Amino acid sequence: MSAFFVPFKQSVQRDLLLAARHKTELITALFFFVIVVNLLPLGVGPDPELLRKIAPGILWIGALLATLLGLQRMFAPDHADGTLEQMALSPQSFTVLVAGKITAHWLVAGVPVVLMAPLLGLQFDLSARSLWVLTLSFLLGRPVLSLIGSVGAALTLGVRGGGVLLSLLILPLYIPALIFGAGAVEADLAGLSIEGHMSLLAALAVLSAFFGPWVTTFALRIALE
Amino acid sequence: MLSVTQLTCQRGERVLFEGLNFELPEGQWLHVSGANGCGKTSLLRILTGLAEPVSGTISWNGAAIGEEREVFHEDLLYLGHQGALKEELTPLENLTLSLGMEGYTRAPKDVVEALHQFGLRGREHLPVRFLSAGQRRRVLLTRLLLRPARLWILDEPFTALDVHAVAFLTEKISAHLETQGTVVLTSHQPLTLAHGQAITL
Repeated sequence: MSAFFVPFKQSVQRDLLLAARHKTELITALFFFVIVVNLLPLGVGPDPELLRKIAPGILWIGALLATLLGLQRMFAPDHADGTLEQMALSPQSFTVLVAGKITAHWLVAGVPVVLMAPLLGLQFDLSARSLWVLTLSFLLGRPVLSLIGSVGAALTLGVRGGGVLLSLLILPLYIPALIFGAGAVEADLAGLSIEGHMSLLAALAVLSAFFGPWVTTFALRIALE
Repeated sequence: MLSVTQLTCQRGERVLFEGLNFELPEGQWLHVSGANGCGKTSLLRILTGLAEPVSGTISWNGAAIGEEREVFHEDLLYLGHQGALKEELTPLENLTLSLGMEGYTRAPKDVVEALHQFGLRGREHLPVRFLSAGQRRRVLLTRLLLRPARLWILDEPFTALDVHAVAFLTEKISAHLETQGTVVLTSHQPLTLAHGQAITL
């Protein structure tokens, strides 16, 4: 167990320390989320009925776009300065180290978004119960975005114009998370059970947690060659 | 013992080298030399297992390097062209973190001590971006003192180093060879080390 946990912790700690030295990146993604979500009501007008209806979709799309913003930087700096080579040559499992990096990315870019979501939901006149459902859907869904995103980030590593390619590659893969995440809140607004949506979202999270780091590592090894 | 048989490397359409054979027993070192762009770095990366050769095999102590990757990586210390140093972290943090990811824990005092040995007294807590090229190289090479490994693969370790640092590093390499270590390195300058083999690509 410690063979897994110790390198995992080291990898997470390292990325958190680096993120602490680069606070602007963190804040940029969060503000982007806040601004995108705030712009749409300004565009469509202040009708509370309409706002309630579009709230889940807007919040989720805002989160998807904010995720994309930081995704390219997940591996690019480590690739450029040779850290990734050293990780691949470490006696510790490369997959575990990569899993640590993905977790750190989620902690740094994901958790603030999860915390911010109910606050933004208030502006859309969502009820307290719907805000809880929204937060829960983000808690289950946001890790999926990091995990699937890491695969895309690894595949487009070192490719010229990788940023645009990454968006084209990853956004379609986010569709299931978007449907079930936003769908859960919509179901709750319509007075239906959220169980089905949440179960599917949880299943997505488990699947991507299992395959994400592994596929990412595979893609990284190819990028290193 | 590091043994290489019939190694061929190709970059795009160009064959960099083919049919390369050598055996490097314990306590010996190999000097890889050649003109710029002749494939020295490619050879080193193939030896570490980072890149795949077109054909040929590399084995470490009788086992192919891809077979028992973790055992091989335990013995291997590779210092590449790139620094693997984070500009925004201090030398102490950089070394502690890179050792940590390889599963080694060293007390900060030991790391500082090793940095002093490499002539970096007073620079331990200064972010790497304030260091000169030579000092960065020294930070990187400090890993040799901190991380036990039997096989050192060093890509241009003497670049940007001053006379003192070159002498110190040469001394460390010969000490490593005396304790039955193995070294593969590329360098453009002649080296005065015993028990050496040389290949020119």
